[in-house]
Amino acid sequence: MIKVNGEQYAFDGKTVAELLDELGYKRERVAVELDLDIVPKSEYDTTILAEGCSVEVVSFVGGG
Amino acid sequence: MENDDKLIIGGHEFGSRFILGSGKYSLSLIKAAVENAGAELITLAVRRANTKDNESILDHIPKGVTLLPNTSGARNAEEAVRIARLARELGCGDFVKIEIMRDTKYLLPDNAETIKATEILAKEGFVVMPYMYPDLNTARDLVNAGAASVMPLASPIGSNKGLATRDFIQILIDEIDLPIIVDAGIGRPSQACEAMEMGAAAVMSNTALATAGDLPMMADAFRKAIEAGRQAYLSGLGRVLVRGASPSDTLTGFLRD
Repeated sequence: MIKVNGEQYAFDGKTVAELLDELGYKRERVAVELDLDIVPKSEYDTTILAEGCSVEVVSFVGGG
Repeated sequence: MENDDKLIIGGHEFGSRFILGSGKYSLSLIKAAVENAGAELITLAVRRANTKDNESILDHIPKGVTLLPNTSGARNAEEAVRIARLARELGCGDFVKIEIMRDTKYLLPDNAETIKATEILAKEGFVVMPYMYPDLNTARDLVNAGAASVMPLASPIGSNKGLATRDFIQILIDEIDLPIIVDAGIGRPSQACEAMEMGAAAVMSNTALATAGDLPMMADAFRKAIEAGRQAYLSGLGRVLVRGASPSDTLTGFLRD
């Protein structure tokens, strides 16, 4: 299992690109952090998610 | 206003001195708010993405407006740096407003952590605009850390209480050689105007608009007030008499002769 935005998913062994597709995120609208390091968009297809890792997927919202 | 009166932040030129917030109101009002405010800089926040949101705030912000992501939610320098890097990865430029709070009741910024984050992010090439409690020593440290502007609070975030820290903001305006942008607590156009008359380089406002009866109309009112205050500052305000009076016209003598 891995953690995505605090919730558990069985995405071990999949790529970041597959995770985004399966959860319905639009690549061009999000940024991804894997175990506290940014994953550049160019590496979404080649970055494999290891068991126990933690992923944050973020986007812009209104703020002051 | 004169076209050559530009606000310069980190080498970038802006014609408007009204920085607009985008929180706590409908996405459908953003375009009208930006247009009526004449804003060229708008703040945003970074949050965990929700796949159910089909609409992105980015679709509502007119082209040509510079995005200023904030680090709200950060409790220390490390978290602020993480948020800033994620914001840059979202692909909308190098600007960042550092906002670090440990206190959840008054939402006051942590000046010491803000200096640390400023130093790290300035070295990474960000245009760093730190939100801070108006303190001269902190402001000097922020200058040395590579800040592009300094953003002192007028009163607590979201309070609409106006220039509670007026005298301390004036010290920053007088002593710090960076744009001083009054952020947080400005609730009325008259308060924004006063900040500009004092010599602030710009005013940032969110809640005053978000809680107004008619948001686009209030954005227009703020724009006018900020322009008026700037013009008054550039004109040089008239002096104040400590006591007594001074006639506006030459007192005529004929009635008594």
